Amino acid sequence: MKFFTKFGQYLLMLKGMFTRPENTKMYWKEFMHQCVEIGIGSLPIVIIISLFLGAVTTVQTAYQLVSPLVPASTIAQIVRDSVILELSPTVLSIVLAGVVGSKIASELGNMRISEQIDALEIMGINTKAYLVFPKIAASLLMVPFLIVLSAVLAIWGGRMAGSLSGILATDIFDIGLRQNFSPYNVFFALTKAYTFAFIISSVPAYFGYNVSGGALEIGRSSTTSVVVSCILILIADYALAALLL
Amino acid sequence: MIEITNLKKSFGDKTILHDVNLTMGTGKCNLIIGSSGSGKTVLMKCMVGLFAPDAGRILYDGVSLTEISIDERKQLRQQIGMLFQGSALFDSMTVEQNVKFILDMFSGMRHREKIKKVNEVLDRVNLQDANKKFPAEISGGMKKRVGIARAIVLNPKFLFCDEPNSGLDPQTSLVIDKLIKDITNEFKITTVINTHDMNSVMEIGDHIIYMYQGVKQWEGSNKEIIYSKDEKLNEFIFASEFLQDAKNMRMMQEKDGHQPTEK
Repeated sequence: MKFFTKFGQYLLMLKGMFTRPENTKMYWKEFMHQCVEIGIGSLPIVIIISLFLGAVTTVQTAYQLVSPLVPASTIAQIVRDSVILELSPTVLSIVLAGVVGSKIASELGNMRISEQIDALEIMGINTKAYLVFPKIAASLLMVPFLIVLSAVLAIWGGRMAGSLSGILATDIFDIGLRQNFSPYNVFFALTKAYTFAFIISSVPAYFGYNVSGGALEIGRSSTTSVVVSCILILIADYALAALLL
Repeated sequence: MIEITNLKKSFGDKTILHDVNLTMGTGKCNLIIGSSGSGKTVLMKCMVGLFAPDAGRILYDGVSLTEISIDERKQLRQQIGMLFQGSALFDSMTVEQNVKFILDMFSGMRHREKIKKVNEVLDRVNLQDANKKFPAEISGGMKKRVGIARAIVLNPKFLFCDEPNSGLDPQTSLVIDKLIKDITNEFKITTVINTHDMNSVMEIGDHIIYMYQGVKQWEGSNKEIIYSKDEKLNEFIFASEFLQDAKNMRMMQEKDGHQPTEK
């Protein structure tokens, strides 16, 4: 019963976002601010994680493919498809659920507890539209961009790791990258990226916006939002794979 | 003027406000007092529209807050300023940006005009050199003054203050009280203050409403309150011996002057 109440509140929050902005310029400013916070703010962690994801995938794939009948360029194919289909969209989204999600939940939670949201309401501002919508919109714009960047960096990281460790030369890796490439995989990765971007932003926004109590509850809601986001990402990951592949 | 008729509010099985009827006059400091849990915060939150009442009407100069469209309500809210207990300043903005925010959102003013207006209101609350400071860098009293500046920058017709003196030393409390009183008189606004501070009650209480267990128990002015025969009110206000002595002294001082009618 509690689940349905919370789910209803979540849907009402989403519905409440769609009203005419009081001042379009201010909303745009807030949207750009969130793009910088979510996109540029997450860049360092995205770069580090992606490079190592690709590097480890190359080394581990080479370790498992010991048969002389399998050409070395297959390693590059496996790295490419693993990165595009699963590692970059899913693993990175789980990391972003922690980085971006906890930030959104704690920011809104702090605003709720310190009555800043009430202050905005009394000014006549729709807080769902002004505070929640720009976060979700910015996430929908920036997270797919980060995931595409991550895929590129992970493949490049794998290529570098292969070359540096002497597993396979860069020219063989490049040949493997171009073999049996299916553009549909990119479409599938982007579908996942948009779905996860929505989960990463809307779930923490719900938990942060509806927090009540004190500082302890802000931390609790932040943790809960990350856990729920991660579970939803994994469920959505399976559902999309079953539906689209 | 704010008129409240038959206001009721419950949370689950617990009724917080029972049939509250009030009239709060323009140009007056209307103080809501009462012990913790008496319903004064819920009453104020219903009045500003943060809580939807279960029944009853809240009229702002004849316009019912509960019976107007969302757009009309937004417009009405622009006539309402509120000072929160914890000031509720935006942490990521400077003092100037905090005050300017509402102008950015609702006024069609040019940047220079906005800055001029912000400086005017900050000057009015005696905060001249804090424009570029962040809320974390200023004192509690200064935060309250920024909160007041933010509340009055759009020239509201109604000003709400939730425990404006909480966490302040007695001297700063007096400054804040005087500021609120002066602003009320200067701009002829209807001010509603939710307070526990007996000093405020005596100094600026043009109209005092005592809430007891969700019911309006007593109302009158600061002149009338010391002559009140209401037991519950006396227990609440003159709880300490010190305050009882102060009351007796005040009554003796006023003996020669005009004595208001007993309530």
